[in-house]
Amino acid sequence: MLAKRIIPCLDIKNGQVVKGVNFVGLVDIGDPVEIAKRYDEQCADEVVFLDITATHENRDIIKDLIERAASELSIPLTVGGGIRTIDDFRMILSSGADKVSVNSAAIKNPQLIKEASDEFGVQCVVVAIDAKKREDESGYDVYIAGGRINTGIDLIDWAKQCEQLGAGEILLTSMDKDGTRDGFDIDMLNAVLEVVSIPVIASGGCGGIDSIVDVFKQTNCDAALAASLFHYGEATIDEVKKECYQNNIPVRRNI
Amino acid sequence: MIAVIDYNVGNLKSVTNALKRIGLSPIVTRDHEIIRQADGIILPGVGTFFIAMENLKKYDLIDILNERKEAGVPILGICLGMQILFEYGSEVKVTKGLGFLKGKVDKMKVNAKIPHMGWNELLFNQNHPILKYINEKDYVYFVHSFMANGIDEELVAYCEYGEKKVTAIVSHHNVIGCQFHPEKSGEVGKKILLAFKEMVECC
Repeated sequence: MLAKRIIPCLDIKNGQVVKGVNFVGLVDIGDPVEIAKRYDEQCADEVVFLDITATHENRDIIKDLIERAASELSIPLTVGGGIRTIDDFRMILSSGADKVSVNSAAIKNPQLIKEASDEFGVQCVVVAIDAKKREDESGYDVYIAGGRINTGIDLIDWAKQCEQLGAGEILLTSMDKDGTRDGFDIDMLNAVLEVVSIPVIASGGCGGIDSIVDVFKQTNCDAALAASLFHYGEATIDEVKKECYQNNIPVRRNI
Repeated sequence: MIAVIDYNVGNLKSVTNALKRIGLSPIVTRDHEIIRQADGIILPGVGTFFIAMENLKKYDLIDILNERKEAGVPILGICLGMQILFEYGSEVKVTKGLGFLKGKVDKMKVNAKIPHMGWNELLFNQNHPILKYINEKDYVYFVHSFMANGIDEELVAYCEYGEKKVTAIVSHHNVIGCQFHPEKSGEVGKKILLAFKEMVECC
């Protein structure tokens, strides 16, 4: 049976790992490659590097980081943040990453999803979507630019379109939940899972091992992404998987 | 020496990194003389069946691969590199493969999400040296939307996905294919590559 994936996410600024709280108030916590390696040893199923600076000057730093990480890791690596063009995809994949996560640029130019999946295969195109419930509670809007701009685009329409264009996976972050540690956004996840048939990664709101068990029990999502839980040593990936296993959730465990 | 065939389909770094981790010195190449000297050959690949075969033709690699296969050199195909070992593939359009293994590669028809992406358990169909260091139900990392169908005697291991048995490891004589990515499959993947290394060394 296919295992549910546990994915630690490393927010990276100037080559260092940081973790944001509601996208502000960043705290510096260390070398991404060392941290990723530790997660690999703990049986993480994948690692995500999210470059939150993603300025042009930063490209060499991130390239070097991906090359170092790829030579050390024995699990898949996804890299996102500031991806704008097909050339960005090429640079990241040729440096050794397995998947590229694209967010704002896909909204501005949806054809980028199609071009990238045609050229590199659907398996390496992850569309990251940041969404927030509308005030009138009629649904969810998609936000870009790190959550600063409301595009007014409906989450459900956008998720369907991503699949049609060739996204291999959706990384869905609930802005209402991100940084709150209240648990994942079960309603938002189920709304998206109902309309797409590609894998969906739950993100935003993980508050502890229970949040991860809950999201797998209450939704059919494929993976759960968390940052603080693991970075601050509150739980190890092994501990999360042990709890999942005891709750009859299929997970890959250390051999 | 292990030759990792460079035919311009995806990133070869993760494969060479994984081989280095088990003490091998892979050479990424499309040079016939180097391929001829290799004790083992790895055919990696990410992308489409059609493009993969076009590129093998473009770089004039089909004859040399046939020659090495006939010479008994262990050949390991990974993911798309495994798929093109078969007779035909229907991705983009029906395309002739290398034909080292009997069967055809088609879009997965399964009552589950596609791509089949993530860690799945290997179930064994028959004993094989490539399984030497791993156990049944060990997890390996898959990511694919097409699969080899109609495999019988050549099926070494499979996994269950939706209601289907998905071809995971196939072999015929010196030719082996893995649908999953051993180079991305943690310790289990490392052990599979180690078993391949031994097969190369004892040849």
